[in-house]
Amino acid sequence: MALSAEEWEIIALSLKVAAVAVLATLPVALALATILARAQFPGKVLLDALVHLPLVLPPVVTGWLLLLAFGNNGPAGRWLSDWLGLTFMFRWTGAALAAAVMALPLMVRAMRLSLEAVDPRLEAAARTLGASPVRSFWTITLPLASPGVLAGAVLGFARSIGEFGATITFVSNIPGETRTLPIAIYAALQMPGNEDSVLRLALISVALSLGALILSEVLARRAGGGRGGHVL
Amino acid sequence: MSCDVAVERRLGDSTIRAAFDFGSGLTALFGPSGAGKTSVLQMVAGLLRPDQGRIAVAGQVLFDCAAAIDLPPERRRAGYVFQDGRLFPHRRVRDNLLYGWQLAAPDQRWMGLDEAVEFLGIGHLLERMPRTLSGGEAQRVAIGRALLSGPKFLLMDEPLASLDAARREDILSVIERVRDELALPILYVSHDRGEVERLAGSVVTLPQPGIDLNSG
Repeated sequence: MALSAEEWEIIALSLKVAAVAVLATLPVALALATILARAQFPGKVLLDALVHLPLVLPPVVTGWLLLLAFGNNGPAGRWLSDWLGLTFMFRWTGAALAAAVMALPLMVRAMRLSLEAVDPRLEAAARTLGASPVRSFWTITLPLASPGVLAGAVLGFARSIGEFGATITFVSNIPGETRTLPIAIYAALQMPGNEDSVLRLALISVALSLGALILSEVLARRAGGGRGGHVL
Repeated sequence: MSCDVAVERRLGDSTIRAAFDFGSGLTALFGPSGAGKTSVLQMVAGLLRPDQGRIAVAGQVLFDCAAAIDLPPERRRAGYVFQDGRLFPHRRVRDNLLYGWQLAAPDQRWMGLDEAVEFLGIGHLLERMPRTLSGGEAQRVAIGRALLSGPKFLLMDEPLASLDAARREDILSVIERVRDELALPILYVSHDRGEVERLAGSVVTLPQPGIDLNSG
């Protein structure tokens, strides 16, 4: 099963988009998971719902909202372009942004579960030993939750590899820029005679997703200390 | 050194009230279960906020409702020994022992690792993970960890409760040595009369919560 140069490019682009999406989302997801796991405040239910929105919203709606916000005339898009030189339209960075938004709920969920599994009495012990809340988080809570945090990242990676609807709505289908695995498969299916290519790309999708899911479950179980911490 | 405690806190349907002072030596906080002994300890440590009252140790006010003073736990310099040890499961014994020591300012430390290890006889445990320790070993390490954080006083919450009879005797003698050899006020929670009679120089008895009988 030899892959063409074009197919290699698609796989490499997919991996790049997913990796950047996960790395950029990691701090945000961790912060949200920590807030949702530990803090009590009015509006928590609303924040929880907002974080989970991309999970249930039609992806095409998410893509359209991204277009409104991060397009060249969108408020966030203009600001990022002016201050950081970041543009998203029809670029792989846009694909990464769409993947990040879609992966966020899964990542927050897995991380939150593992943070909630950390015994707050250990944090109290750290406080009596002289640790500030921030230090107690970095030295006790996060290390104990780290397998679950990693599981969340791997899960987010798998979700990013599979991201289709929001991506094609937001940044379209540009070879070498936004044509990731699912978009390439969809495009190949539109024309006759591409069955072999579709099969190859589909098998690679299955392998990547399955591998990531298994890794994530293994990590989550370790985080749950044998109590079976399912993240799905 | 004298420590003054006068606190009041509503928990559920009952109100915990305690007013007493304790100084050098071991003071037992005694009472039936549900009297709020552990809650009083947590209030002194800063882990539970009293509704009313004042807590001062050696002239330093840790909590004063009227003056809006409420030092966070990390600034109270209380050495807390928990019932279940509460060692950090992801750190070796050595790193558990040094956790508070490393956070303490150098002039606040009054014991080094070698000294603590020798005092408690835990040299052979230093490289072990907490899950491999027996209950008695874990409690020795927990006491060492509290001492190494440079505390001005110790709070002990039924440190013998989760141990079998043989280990109890073992840790009892450790606590007696802490009491006799280190000039450190100790507030010790127990519901066991025998333990209290053996260890305590003075006893504070908490009534059933909600019954307004207690005064200093």
